[in-house]
Amino acid sequence: MAKVILEMKNITKTFPGVKALDNVNLQVEEGEIHALVGENGAGKSTLMNVLSGIYPFGTYEGDIIYNGEVCKFNKIKDSEEKGIVIIHQELALIPYMSIGENMFLGNERGKAAAIDWNETYGEADKYLKMVGLADSSRTLVKELGTGKQQLVEIAKALAKHAKLLILDEPTSSLNEKDSKALLDLLLKFKKENGLTSIIISHKLNEVSYVADKITVVRDGSTIETLDKATTEISEDRIIKGMVGREITDRFPKRHDVQIGDINLEVKDWCVYHPLYPEKKVVDNVSFNVRKGEVVGIYGLMGAGRTELAMSIFGKSYGTGITGTMTLNGKEINLKNVKEAIKNKIAYVTEDRKGNGLVLNNPIKINTTLANLDAVSERSIIDKDKEYQVAVEYKDKLKTKTPSVEQNVGNLSGGNQQKVLLAKWMFAEPDVLLLDEPTRGIDVGAKYEIYCIINDLVKAGKSVVMISSELPETIGMSDRIYVMNEGKFVGELKQEDASQESIMACIMRSGRGE
Amino acid sequence: MEKVGKIFKEHTMQIILFLVVIFFAITTKGQILSAMNFEALITQNAYVFILATGMFMCMLIKGNIDLSVGATVCLIDAIGAYMMINMGISVPVAMISMVVIGCLIGAVLGWLIAYLNIPPWIATLGGFLAFRGLGTKIVATASSTSSISVNDIKGFTNLFISHVPKEYCLWIGIVCCALFVILQVRARATKIKKGYEAESKGSLITRCVIICLIIMLFAIKYAGGIIDVKSFSDATGFAGFFVGKKGIGAILLAKQTSLGLPAVLIWVAVVLLIYDFIASKTVLGRYFYAMGGNMEATRLSGIDTKLVLFFAYLNMQFLSVIAGWASLAKLSTANAFIGQNYELDAISACIVGGVSAYGGSGSVFGMVVGAALIGVINLGMSIMSIDPNWQKVIKGVVLLAAVVFEIVNNRPKTKA
Repeated sequence: MAKVILEMKNITKTFPGVKALDNVNLQVEEGEIHALVGENGAGKSTLMNVLSGIYPFGTYEGDIIYNGEVCKFNKIKDSEEKGIVIIHQELALIPYMSIGENMFLGNERGKAAAIDWNETYGEADKYLKMVGLADSSRTLVKELGTGKQQLVEIAKALAKHAKLLILDEPTSSLNEKDSKALLDLLLKFKKENGLTSIIISHKLNEVSYVADKITVVRDGSTIETLDKATTEISEDRIIKGMVGREITDRFPKRHDVQIGDINLEVKDWCVYHPLYPEKKVVDNVSFNVRKGEVVGIYGLMGAGRTELAMSIFGKSYGTGITGTMTLNGKEINLKNVKEAIKNKIAYVTEDRKGNGLVLNNPIKINTTLANLDAVSERSIIDKDKEYQVAVEYKDKLKTKTPSVEQNVGNLSGGNQQKVLLAKWMFAEPDVLLLDEPTRGIDVGAKYEIYCIINDLVKAGKSVVMISSELPETIGMSDRIYVMNEGKFVGELKQEDASQESIMACIMRSGRGE
Repeated sequence: MEKVGKIFKEHTMQIILFLVVIFFAITTKGQILSAMNFEALITQNAYVFILATGMFMCMLIKGNIDLSVGATVCLIDAIGAYMMINMGISVPVAMISMVVIGCLIGAVLGWLIAYLNIPPWIATLGGFLAFRGLGTKIVATASSTSSISVNDIKGFTNLFISHVPKEYCLWIGIVCCALFVILQVRARATKIKKGYEAESKGSLITRCVIICLIIMLFAIKYAGGIIDVKSFSDATGFAGFFVGKKGIGAILLAKQTSLGLPAVLIWVAVVLLIYDFIASKTVLGRYFYAMGGNMEATRLSGIDTKLVLFFAYLNMQFLSVIAGWASLAKLSTANAFIGQNYELDAISACIVGGVSAYGGSGSVFGMVVGAALIGVINLGMSIMSIDPNWQKVIKGVVLLAAVVFEIVNNRPKTKA
């Protein structure tokens, strides 16, 4: 049996009014990849923040035993000195600095106050090679895609001589190809250098692919640890541990939904990048969606899906947009977002915190923001009516909150997503463009979002669902368009769709067939 | 206890203002509460209230500020005085021209900021330099003394510096109180009728009583007091503290000389009421708050964010014109120094009044408390004849304390 490198014993952490962690125990052996899974708010990130010294010693109860000694970390630097390095979910690189500068930020090479740039870049190149990046360390980070940035983060961690690497949702902003590359890299380091990693992830297929052991966290406690060597690990098995019950069907069935006439049709749609007008982001795309139909647009990150949806939504993205759009057989030209909303099109963003919700405002204000006219008379807001509307949608979508006066920023991801959906449902659209509607939310909340989508099409609405999760796309869509590098490279009916057939479309287009 | 803490947290600035007034009442032996100082508080700070209202709207959008407003006051006053004195143009025409020119300036600044994406402080810094230069040039061209006196244009100055005779003041106060109570009670009744959650009776009554007491205090002061000094007792000690000739009763109610209710208070009140209504009750006001909270989300909700930003700066310059009128009438001359530091006073009032320096939160009422707090501190310090240099230091500290307080107070309790 391998040596236990880390043991967290009876960790309890309380915030005012909430017990975030309750007697948590975690054991990690040297040279293994240990996955932490659990619903949002289960306490995974809190646990890792305790471990890395973000919550200093004394603010929690319990012991951290690392390499056989009890550790008292007061700040991140303390844990890094021992070789515990955390990579956070949000990339923490500075875009206008070079890779090398980022890599040694706070850990600069050189003597006293002077930075030795030759050593910096020389070292940086060495670590970049280790993670398989061919770019020069003098490249500015802003030139890199998110996949490469994540690799730079790992190189940065290696430069700190990491022995235990903690990755908080490392693939949440990566596409499937980059995610695979990242996970393979972790496997390689494990094999070659004996690097121990703890990975937090929502993506269960990745977890079962990469992890040796999986610890399930639920409601601030560790429920169980599954060992790949002794138990067979399936996604359903993990989900059972996470939600405490077995989800027999991850996608709710739709009953008696009539698929009607074509509602929105887009033809020969081309969009150019707003800053580099010669770069074509969406290339000659044509598609349609019928009443009562869920159309999935599957594509990897950077395929141009969000750009397509936003350009349709009143030209809110891109320049030089060409192509025709017909709504209910009538050609329309939407000049701005207001006209799009007036024509009953809604775009529900993938980035709910960045451009979907006003986080420091209450639920009720967010709910009505896209359709204030409906709760006001002669430009004066009827606050009572607004409150009533917000309560109505809260009940309808089962948003969990003490009251609609609650600021949206205080809600969990899944509930924020519900408020965002409520906001756009209140705008009474006929066509909803849902961009990654279940990103970063837990399994239970996902199921509820799927139910809401089903209710929408039942009411005769058209839903275009953009997703980078294959099972979700296949499970929810009546029809699937596959998008790659700005083009539509395939259209599949639900019965013909499988992970293999969809990926085959992308592979074929990648080879230029 | 929790409830008391909550009340304290929500009304901290009001409580601080109250304590500061008490402090100065003690240190100046009640002098700060004389009718004359009630007059001074309003007339000396009228421009702050008006400009801070516009600044509040700008700051709601991502903490933007307008550095040019003091210079605009200088330019607009120079133009207005030049028209009325050197060109002999009638008062209404001159005043309308001032508004038109102010709005043109606002349109240019708004266009630069909203449509050319120039950072507001840079665009308005340009205005800060240019407008004062222009204004100074106009007064220098017009007269050898580099100042234009409008003292004789009574039709203009009386709009701002005259007074409502003191006989009416009590009645005005009573009417205001009645209106306030009726509106409050009615709003609560509608809520109950429609079945919504309404505030408790106690809190409604407490608020009405406090607001009415403040209104009546102003009314009594402007009316020149209601009780003859002679009728207060000669008692000392505990009783004297309340009913003595130098007790609280005498300080608040005794008859004093008063000019009446300053006309400029009506201008200020109208501006504040209109903008409070816009900010808290209208769709437009909602756009300002939403933009401060999340610009991109607001844009993607179909709101023309550029137009709102444009409007904020247009409106700021419009209010600068009103502040310019009041300042010109009060000082009765246009010169190179009029409006100096006005922009900083307006920004300070907003910050102290709890308007977020990052945008997205604050209220007109909060800003009024902030402006009043600064006004009271200024007034109290000059009555106590504190060295003007120390006065500046104290004001700086108050400003910083307010920002620190806001940030600490709004820091989320939990970090998960």
